[in-house]
Amino acid sequence: MKLGKMAACAAAFSLAAGAAQAELSDDVVKIGVLNDQSGLYTDLAGPGSVEAARMAVEDFGGTVNGKAIEILSADHQNKPDVGSNIVREWIDVEGVDVVVDVPTSSVALAVQQVTSEKDTAFLVNGAATTRLTNEDCAATGVHYTYDTYSLAIGTGKAIVEEGGDSWFFITADYAFGHSLEEDTSNVIKENGGEVLGAVRHPLSSSDFSSYLLQAQGSGAKVIGLANAGSDTTNAIKQANEFGIVQGGQSLAALLMFITDVDSLGLDVAKGLKLTTGFYWDQNDDTRAFADRFSERMNGQRPTMVHAGVYSSVMHYLKAVAETNDDGGKAAVDQMKKMPVNDFFAQDAEIRADGRMVHDMYLVEVKDPSESSGKWDYYNVLRTIPGDAAYQPLSESRCPLVN
Amino acid sequence: MTELLGVPAPVLFGQLLLGLINGSFYALLSLGLAVIFGMLNVINFAHGALYMTGAFVAWFLLNYLGIGYWPALILAPLVVGAFGIVLEKTMLSRLYKLDHLYGLLLTFGLALIIEGLFRNAYGVSGQPYPIPSALQGGQNLGFMFLPTYRGWVVVASIIVCFGTWFLVERTRFGAYLRAAVENQELVRAFGINVPLLMTLAYGFAVALAGFAGVLAAPIYQVNPLMGQDLIIVVFAIVVIGGLGSILGSIVTGLGIGVVEGLTKTFYPEASATVVFLIMAIVLALRPHGLFGRPRA
Repeated sequence: MKLGKMAACAAAFSLAAGAAQAELSDDVVKIGVLNDQSGLYTDLAGPGSVEAARMAVEDFGGTVNGKAIEILSADHQNKPDVGSNIVREWIDVEGVDVVVDVPTSSVALAVQQVTSEKDTAFLVNGAATTRLTNEDCAATGVHYTYDTYSLAIGTGKAIVEEGGDSWFFITADYAFGHSLEEDTSNVIKENGGEVLGAVRHPLSSSDFSSYLLQAQGSGAKVIGLANAGSDTTNAIKQANEFGIVQGGQSLAALLMFITDVDSLGLDVAKGLKLTTGFYWDQNDDTRAFADRFSERMNGQRPTMVHAGVYSSVMHYLKAVAETNDDGGKAAVDQMKKMPVNDFFAQDAEIRADGRMVHDMYLVEVKDPSESSGKWDYYNVLRTIPGDAAYQPLSESRCPLVN
Repeated sequence: MTELLGVPAPVLFGQLLLGLINGSFYALLSLGLAVIFGMLNVINFAHGALYMTGAFVAWFLLNYLGIGYWPALILAPLVVGAFGIVLEKTMLSRLYKLDHLYGLLLTFGLALIIEGLFRNAYGVSGQPYPIPSALQGGQNLGFMFLPTYRGWVVVASIIVCFGTWFLVERTRFGAYLRAAVENQELVRAFGINVPLLMTLAYGFAVALAGFAGVLAAPIYQVNPLMGQDLIIVVFAIVVIGGLGSILGSIVTGLGIGVVEGLTKTFYPEASATVVFLIMAIVLALRPHGLFGRPRA
């Protein structure tokens, strides 16, 4: 009898121990949205991403398996050291279970190291470098919304096919710019074009005239802008001033968000071709999300990053609800098992290297005469199927794949 | 094609000219800072925010009142100047007797508040401001295409800079100002209203920042962060030129613009750093700056 009791106790203990492994730590799921909240990438991610995460949590029901969901947010100021320190503190002190967004590739790379080391899920939406799913891939990381490869395949290929076969790059001098320049150069060369040169500018420059003059002097047919946010808009605006387009060269904005187009105005931006993972005015579902989003964001329409944050947080919560485990690798493994089906992506999947594969869109910025008003900016030229838009898994340099 | 230092001469001339254009902004802003430091002994960290405010006032005038570029070039500096006078009267004037640090902290805080308010209301992507129709297009100079507007920026800022230098160094008003800096008590004893002089000096200097903001609006996006991007460089220029030296700040502003332009040609990655390198060298060799003199 005594022995029987002890055995029962032991069994109960081991059961409890087993259950503890697959439980939600601290009885709460904490989501940390980390991005630029004061610098040049604020509008494309920033408070909008926090709001998108909040919407996903509300739509999910506010709890997962009866446990509360909390959202934290912070400003990484586009500095890798600031970003990785915040994430360390979030995980060690606050018990954050998943880090979301993180634009600025250099910061995302730093965060990926911390989250991988501490078994915390990391859903990348704002950052673009393909290193996140290659050399620097992690079992806890998902690269969700877009990457430099898909931008190169979309915009780069389309422009080379139209005859823009000689390029000069104006590149932001950090991980993202380098990655975008490299991926686009590869696409150009594969399609028979050539790259005549490149100039690297510091992040957050305001004057581009000097670089534009060098690009003009290169004689290239296409000037590729491998930068983002206000770097891109200032470069385009000043290219207009210096008569670059009238001089017969064309501009390729390799990464542009709808907030950038809004800031430039259609008069300046019209005719630009760009690649995006999401456009709010595609169908009833996207419009419904956009309407709800803009109600909460002073009329701003969501960028692809905002839509991606919503979709990835939703998918994460579904995975956690399924396994009842908020450990980083466990959650991401479960996310990889389930297809994504929502307004953002249809029948999309997350691959072994962490790449979320979904359709991308090549769009052209409307002429002011075609636009019905604010935020009516794009004509979708074609859909790039996920398989074609992203680097094939066979070419991946991610150790998890082999 | 002739080459200089491995770069085709036309390219080099182009970059020199562009450097001069950027230098014009630096000169206008560092001039204001020099006036404020020279006269008020305050390190005005709010200068960048006031420059940005100037650009936004021009944008407001255009979008809400339909008032175009030319009137804005006068009105926006007046608005910014008036705002500066309010700041000086209500806050800054209380700090003259204290250490520099207090003025710096106050103006730094003001800069954060002003920029935060604009960022909250207008985001960071920036608002477009068109180039006035009279200044659209450009000239082909043979070695480069010079947009007419950029040419205008250089002319306008050089006129304003030397006008200011003349005002301070060569007029009776300027003489009062300089005298007040040297010995307040004595100037007061002659029946001159020194606090009023200070207020006017501050208002005038920040109006210069507002003026630079309007000049910048058609070139850059009108953006809450535009001052932040510039202000640190401008401070370095003031230090290089010699704190408080008016001619020094004008010449250094233009000079640094040119050096930066050349860096963008030869080693663009360093273009954001070169100013600070020069600052470090100048401080090591001439602690009072190129044009400064030791203060009592």
